[in-house]
Amino acid sequence: MPDQPETPDPSQEQAAAPDSGDETRGSRERLWRAATGRPTRGHWIIGLVLAGVGFAAMVQVQSNERDDQYAGLRQGDLVRVFDGLSSSTQRAEREIERLRAAQQDLQSDTSQRQAALEQAQQDRQVYGILAGVLGAQGPGVRITISDDAGEVRASLLLDTIQELRAAGAEAIEFNDQVRFVAQSAVGETAQGITIDGRLIEAPYEIDVIGDPATLADALVFPDGPAERVERVGGTLESVRSDDIVIESVVSDTETDFAESDEDQ
Amino acid sequence: MIAALGLLVGIVLGLVLQPDVPLWLEPYLPIAVVAALDAVFGGLRAYLDGIFDDKVFVVSFISNVVIAAAIVFLGDKLGVGGQLATAVIVVLGIRIFSNVAAIRRHLFHA
Repeated sequence: MPDQPETPDPSQEQAAAPDSGDETRGSRERLWRAATGRPTRGHWIIGLVLAGVGFAAMVQVQSNERDDQYAGLRQGDLVRVFDGLSSSTQRAEREIERLRAAQQDLQSDTSQRQAALEQAQQDRQVYGILAGVLGAQGPGVRITISDDAGEVRASLLLDTIQELRAAGAEAIEFNDQVRFVAQSAVGETAQGITIDGRLIEAPYEIDVIGDPATLADALVFPDGPAERVERVGGTLESVRSDDIVIESVVSDTETDFAESDEDQ
Repeated sequence: MIAALGLLVGIVLGLVLQPDVPLWLEPYLPIAVVAALDAVFGGLRAYLDGIFDDKVFVVSFISNVVIAAAIVFLGDKLGVGGQLATAVIVVLGIRIFSNVAAIRRHLFHA
């Protein structure tokens, strides 16, 4: 490289250091003269060169700021950039795949849970109605057994209930007071008939939810409940209805001894 | 005076015109600019040393720029353009620093 800058020899520089008051003054004077003196041809040339420098520098600065990031890159650099991009694309695609799989897992998990939850809620209603812990309503019959002679026995009521159950009764209620469920017991005391320990009085009104036609027919057959009630001097009437409402529930549903077997 | 004016005019022209750098020049322009700066500082230092000569300055300026660009061009052809450009920048940077240090000693005696 050419050496305008190298030309000042070291000796001169070393000399400058000790007695530099004059040196400094001389330099400043020289600058001052250059700035104020009459321009020579050399000055014009230098000015021209410097204008070129300034111009090129500004052009470069601006093209650098405008940037086009890749425009000035060499082929090797471009290949490297490209490699980097494609490998990061691959990474991103793998990540997407992984996340998509996770999403699918979660979705199927969620839908399974949802289905299980719906099933459980349905089951809860069905079992609640069967066990008598929930009120119920639906089509059915209202059966009225009048007992003017006081001759209707517990066994007759129980038989009636068995017939109704056999005909598909889903919920049974006595006198709008007592829910009759699987564990319910019918007893006879001196005062009258009790169900689950509660005394019920004639006329017995039995609300039954089930298929109305089947339920109504279930009681009428030779030597069936209807005939037996009439034989002892009472009457049995069944009225079909599309909207039987059963509101009473079994009060104590806690089991004292039995526990659920979760393992099965 | 003329020199400072020239520099100013060049900067203003560059700002106003905003020309596009031709593609083939793009890798070499920054190197050339740094080389030119080196030559300018070298010229200023020589001036303060009292040994300035405008012919030498112009020749050194042009050859500085051309050689810097040529080295990078050669590097590109050899496949080590990036590294060689870095090397040129480092060398020129060192020279600029030492020239500026000399100028500073002249002007401020410090």
